[in-house]
Amino acid sequence: MSAPFDLNDDSVVVVIGTGAGGGVVASELAKKGVSVVALEAGGRHLPEDFVNDEWDSFGQLAWLDARTTSGDWRVAKDFSGLPAWIVKSVGGTTQHWAGASLRFQDHEWKALSTYGAVEGATLLDWPIDAAEMAPWYAKAEDKLQVTRTNGRPGLPGNNNYSVFEAGAKAMGYSDVHTGRMAIASDEGSDRITCQQTGFCFQGCKWGAKWSAGYHEIPEGEATGNLEVRPQAHVARILHNDAGKVTGVEYFDADGNLQMQKARLVCLAGNSFESPRLLLNSASSMFPNGLANSADHVGRHYMRHMTGSVYAVFDQPVKFWRGTTMAGIITDESRHDPSRGFVGGYEMETLALGLPFMAAFLDPGAWGREFTSALDQYENMAGMWLVGEDMPQATNRVTLNTDVQDQWGLPVPNVHFDDHPNDIAMRNHAYAQGQAIYDAVGATRTFPTPPYPSTHNLGTNRMSENPEDGVVNKWGQTHDIANLFISDGSQFTTGAAENPTLTIVALAIRQADHIAGEMAAGNL
Amino acid sequence: MTQTLKGLSRRALLQRATAASATFVVGTGFLAAPDAAWAIETTALKPETMATLVQMARDIYPHDQIGDEHYVTAVKGYDTTEAAEGIEAGIAKLNAAAQAAGHDSYLGMGWERDRVDVLRGMEDDPFFQQIRGGLVTGLYNNKAVWPIFGYEGESFSKGGYIDRGFNDINWI
Ligand SMILES: Cc1cc2nc3c(=O)[nH]c(=O)nc-3n(C[C@H](O)[C@H](O)[C@H](O)COP(=O)(O)OP(=O)(O)OC[C@H]3O[C@@H](n4cnc5c(N)ncnc54)[C@H](O)[C@@H]3O)c2cc1C
Ligand code: SF4
Repeated sequence: MSAPFDLNDDSVVVVIGTGAGGGVVASELAKKGVSVVALEAGGRHLPEDFVNDEWDSFGQLAWLDARTTSGDWRVAKDFSGLPAWIVKSVGGTTQHWAGASLRFQDHEWKALSTYGAVEGATLLDWPIDAAEMAPWYAKAEDKLQVTRTNGRPGLPGNNNYSVFEAGAKAMGYSDVHTGRMAIASDEGSDRITCQQTGFCFQGCKWGAKWSAGYHEIPEGEATGNLEVRPQAHVARILHNDAGKVTGVEYFDADGNLQMQKARLVCLAGNSFESPRLLLNSASSMFPNGLANSADHVGRHYMRHMTGSVYAVFDQPVKFWRGTTMAGIITDESRHDPSRGFVGGYEMETLALGLPFMAAFLDPGAWGREFTSALDQYENMAGMWLVGEDMPQATNRVTLNTDVQDQWGLPVPNVHFDDHPNDIAMRNHAYAQGQAIYDAVGATRTFPTPPYPSTHNLGTNRMSENPEDGVVNKWGQTHDIANLFISDGSQFTTGAAENPTLTIVALAIRQADHIAGEMAAGNL
Repeated sequence: MTQTLKGLSRRALLQRATAASATFVVGTGFLAAPDAAWAIETTALKPETMATLVQMARDIYPHDQIGDEHYVTAVKGYDTTEAAEGIEAGIAKLNAAAQAAGHDSYLGMGWERDRVDVLRGMEDDPFFQQIRGGLVTGLYNNKAVWPIFGYEGESFSKGGYIDRGFNDINWI
């Protein structure tokens, strides 16, 4: 049973957003006996509600509130109102995610020390390291039932994987397998195992893939300590004269403004909405927004170096069949500056349905060069490239006061310019990806530009020193003791790996810290 | 295809035609395939405009294995009073560009190459971008064309591909 809490109950922890970070922190706190109200802008969508149709599902789940863009990234031209592909739903973007669940490599916690200063980049070491995170990663892997961890078997490879693996081996790559995936692979699991339906990006109708929406949140609700309020869009975080957070204002499902009191607030709206909310909460005491005394809120936005390579063969692949992303080559994820860039990247299998392929293969392209590629859709294989991008102070989320959302709030503008390191890495990755497919007989390959960002990081970054970032090693804001950031925006640097396992591990660790400090009377 | 035109023979269609080319039969308030495989009535747009729009759609995203009826489906949403003015103006511009290149009209250009040259010249025009952008979903998000590309759509109702070939590749 979910617990209803009073709007004036100031003993509750308010969690804003119920995705990878917020969903986990809310449920973990509830399991520790803490009273939690989770406010989520989206509605509740369970596996039976998901639609296995790309555009229909996008319309059902994606965050479509107005946003604006600037900068030299191609997304600003091709998808100017859609800088990110993220979800508005109980469960957040874990409804759409593919499930690739990788730990950071040890050195990636210490990017500045390992790579040295990089011109134009605002690299920093995380104030935590691999040894500190190892036990939290283990808990996160068990929670997500990640394949190839703790004795769980890997998923079987699909057609797209077979081509990918053969190409990788032909290239001499050694570390290729069907990935570490938050998808049930083990007959002993309490979840249905993967049925290879191929719509991981549209919400898994079998519940085989982990989502905060249908795994984590119900567990928290079952404790009686968690109340989730869907369709509750938080507009402002409130504070008192002592500079402590006291509650939040939100628009409820009927569009009425409500105020929920809080003992502590965990903010987890993903890397655009979290800084936006801090900036929109500016007051006479905090004129630049909450937690922004050092001017880092919204800065250092990272989206991973991404790109895709698709290839056409002279025979069918039918790559849309089966798990969307269960395949990885990790050989290029090492730090090896001899390649002409710092940091590394992963290559992961990827398939899109025909409607998304038409929209994303080469946005804006037309004519026979484009259509002759789509004509070979059945014979296509594909991979996604994901690597560490450089944080830059000027890549940032700001308020665009010229444009307002449906609540009358200034929308976020997302500015992004590629760093030369990002470009060098992408070019290397394109060449390697194309070579992989050429090695097994591709007749044509496509170095496909980045999609609207699925990995959004860094806009409230974690730092040892308060001058360098927004939060400390617990995700607690340097400025306000009872205000925490619980999502991917706390990333100091991005590492090469897909971020969600790390977001979840940090959230479990943060909940443990908050519950402990509350019990000790420190918070 | 509408009731009134449905089932009309090629001969009956041609009798009502005011113009016919290798690609289209155009008559008062309707547009049809020369073999009567499909026909649509137009209400807000001139039938000639609809014919040009269909040809333009095919020239933007040419798939020789896709019949005209699917291009018609992709653009027929523009046949409304709200959209008509902009579309008529856009097609007039297209015809003017064709005439500037020495042809009678866009539809009168026999070679795709020549029509594509005209389109390239208009690529940054909002009209061109409106039509191209609309086609990305209008054409490719039509379930009727998916089988032509081999795409199978949803598989949940069939139990996924676990027993239906997710790993049936045999040539790699
Ligand atoms: C197609 C796709 C595939 C992906 N695949 C992978 C993968 O394989 N591996 C991986 O690691 N990552 C993957 N990701 C990324 C992953 O989903 C995200 O990194 C992760 O979910 C981010 O967690 P978060 O907590 O920061 O934000 P989210 O999960 O996005 O949650 C934020 C939540 O906050 C809510 N919210 C925002 N603002 C407000 C407000 N003002 N009031 C109330 N609620 C608010 C939102 O509605 C949302 O529900 C993928 C993403 C996409 C789109
Ligand atoms: S392929 Fe597997 S994980 Fe993906 S949606 Fe289908 S059953 Fe779920």
